Amino acid sequence: MIADALQFFLILALATGLAALVGKAMAHLFTSPAHLALERLTYRVLGVAPDEEMSWRRYGVLLLLSNAAMMTLGYLLLRLQEHLPGDPLARASQPPDQAFNTAASFITNTNWQSYSGEASLSNVSQMVVITFLMTVSAATGIAAAGAFLRGLSRKSAAALGNYWVDLTRVTYRLLLPLCFVVALLLVWQGVPQTLSAEAVVTTLEGQAQHLVVGPVASLEAIKHIGTNGGGFYGMNSAHPFENPTPLTNTLHILGMLLIPAAFTFTLGAMVLRRRQGWAFLGAFTVMFLGFLAVVYTAERGGNPLLAQHGVDQLGSELHAGGNLEGKELRFGIAQTSLFVTVTTAATTGSVDSMHSSLTPLGGLVPLAQMMLNSVFGGDGVGLINLLTYALLTVFLVGMMIGRTPEFLGKKIEAREMKLVMLAVLVHAFSILGFTALACVVPSTVASLSNGGPHAFSEVLYAYTSGTANNGSAFAGFNANTPFFNTTIGLAMLVGRYLTLLPMLAVAGALAAKRVVPQGPGTMATDGPLFTALLVFVVLVVGGLTFLPALALGPIVEHLLMGAGASF
Amino acid sequence: MTDPANALQDSPAPPLRGQLRPILGSAVLMLIVTGVLYPLLTTAVAQALFSHQARGSIVENGGRAVGSGLIGQHFTRPEYFHGRPSTTLGPDPADPTKTVDSPYDARLSGASNQGVLSARLKAAVAERAQRYRADNGLPPDVPVPVDAVTASASGLDPDISVANARLQLQRIAGARRASRQALEALLAQAVSGRQLGLLGEPRVNVLQLNLALDAAFPIERTTR
Repeated sequence: MIADALQFFLILALATGLAALVGKAMAHLFTSPAHLALERLTYRVLGVAPDEEMSWRRYGVLLLLSNAAMMTLGYLLLRLQEHLPGDPLARASQPPDQAFNTAASFITNTNWQSYSGEASLSNVSQMVVITFLMTVSAATGIAAAGAFLRGLSRKSAAALGNYWVDLTRVTYRLLLPLCFVVALLLVWQGVPQTLSAEAVVTTLEGQAQHLVVGPVASLEAIKHIGTNGGGFYGMNSAHPFENPTPLTNTLHILGMLLIPAAFTFTLGAMVLRRRQGWAFLGAFTVMFLGFLAVVYTAERGGNPLLAQHGVDQLGSELHAGGNLEGKELRFGIAQTSLFVTVTTAATTGSVDSMHSSLTPLGGLVPLAQMMLNSVFGGDGVGLINLLTYALLTVFLVGMMIGRTPEFLGKKIEAREMKLVMLAVLVHAFSILGFTALACVVPSTVASLSNGGPHAFSEVLYAYTSGTANNGSAFAGFNANTPFFNTTIGLAMLVGRYLTLLPMLAVAGALAAKRVVPQGPGTMATDGPLFTALLVFVVLVVGGLTFLPALALGPIVEHLLMGAGASF
Repeated sequence: MTDPANALQDSPAPPLRGQLRPILGSAVLMLIVTGVLYPLLTTAVAQALFSHQARGSIVENGGRAVGSGLIGQHFTRPEYFHGRPSTTLGPDPADPTKTVDSPYDARLSGASNQGVLSARLKAAVAERAQRYRADNGLPPDVPVPVDAVTASASGLDPDISVANARLQLQRIAGARRASRQALEALLAQAVSGRQLGLLGEPRVNVLQLNLALDAAFPIERTTR
């Protein structure tokens, strides 16, 4: 127990320290007027003027169109996989519905996988489709958040910055250098990085074992730093080649938290209100710690149905104990619980345990965090989501005390609130609407792998994960059908762009506003009171929207577990 | 309205036509930089600095590659320590379009994905616990460590708990005609503690332990 608590404390303290460093560097990246030589060369090749300032519309349209071009390129390469050279294992091309799902999944930073990496992607695809889309989707999210922060920090301005400059700088200055260093650390710990496709060995009992290898470390590094989450192997970060040691597990956790947490510091630096950044970090952390405690306690408690067969789940110095089905021994309960909470908080979606085999309450946490979508959140978009709720909070508080709501000195008016509500509602509508649709489609039953309320959770989890751009799964669920490939693919696109674009519009509107001087009636948004109100609003809005659905899945499952039911 | 944002929207936006080149060009350029140059550079440096790990941490025994130090193997013989249950699947030798149980098949990692209320999981664990006790000559009231009867997430978990290894000692001592004390000493050496004294769980790598067994207490092979 003490060792577990110590791990939590140390990792979270380290994450905060690293986030402060990177956050400051990101603020410089978004505000510095100077271009590097390599960047100038890039702008010349692309034929763009780096000093052009863009309105939110132009910024948003270019973001959308360049993402569309990247997604199309990825789609074509997946369709052509078997014709590309360099795969001794001759893995087939993906069919159209699956290639659409994969390309949509990786360009939206979701990384939902309806395929199993080692069986269906060549090393070439893992590099030029997966690693490529992982990097650019993260860069897109970070760029958009940078533009949003410019909108908050500028006064009476018409523009949010230059999309091409943001995309290039984030890739060259932030993502690639970080990933290169982390990838080498991962290789040092045992993650393969080679262009060979497999190594065949003869086991001690004389059987042939085919070990699938490839450029794993370079993919793993961006997978977590970019809050992507799609694994090189089917079983993702539970696979010993993706995550060989508790230290790599720790590096993965730190990688996922790094940029979402750093953005609170970037915000503090860019709007010149450091305390505002701390208020947001506080809101993230309070919710995170609550969810972590639930997962840890539930998983440590084990599975009551196994106790009657004389299975020792208590744990001691000699064995880890806990609910170990679908978990790796080297991580045990503490490192697994932390990973579960971080991967669904930071909407990464990689898994180092099988979420479907979590206890009902342990499985409720990933679902709930993806539904709230603002406990850290993905690279860039997490901060944008929290700011969505921050605007909602000042609006609600403003209504209660009868004043025009203000945020960071800007009046929040009807247009902004309509856009905020659009972003909040699209998220809920996509999750609940698609889940309802899937529940009435007869073919869904064939995709389920569990019975009882867990089966409903499998479907709910799939659309929540897709819409929240998380990508983790209750993985027994067979999502590789034309219906699910298409609808989950749509949920991912809706969840990404229909929340990102309205918020860019909000940023554009805010940038144009004058700053009103603070008066005695202005509500401070950088203290503990605001943090508490913000957390309250996030939980109430999320609870009102999703509690009925959760009650049908994990909550009833938890009650049935207490009654000793099985399905 | 004198709102500058609206003023900007109302003015004719710069034509998007000139943007076709950066839109398509950025896709291709970023693909080359992030999908080709970055992984290739990482591969070159990783192979130079950590060539053993970069190739999959292959373990050799007498000049023969016998496995990866990171990937579990399917041990069934009584003279070896056994790993955790594995639910990986492999192609059916009779019909390659179908799959059959193939524990520790590294071509396709896999887990049960059964929820805690699953009757299938309950039955599987009951059956494994019974077999574990029978294999190791344990009385029916001995609690079985949970890692010995639950399948891992990857199906390739290379480790078992110390408690699990200890319960297997008696069987191995009999199969190898070795003393329990000698085996206990061997096991104690093979235990790896928490990483950096803090991270993860104490554990034993089954392949390394079995290699050490073969080296210390060789037995004649009658079957292959």
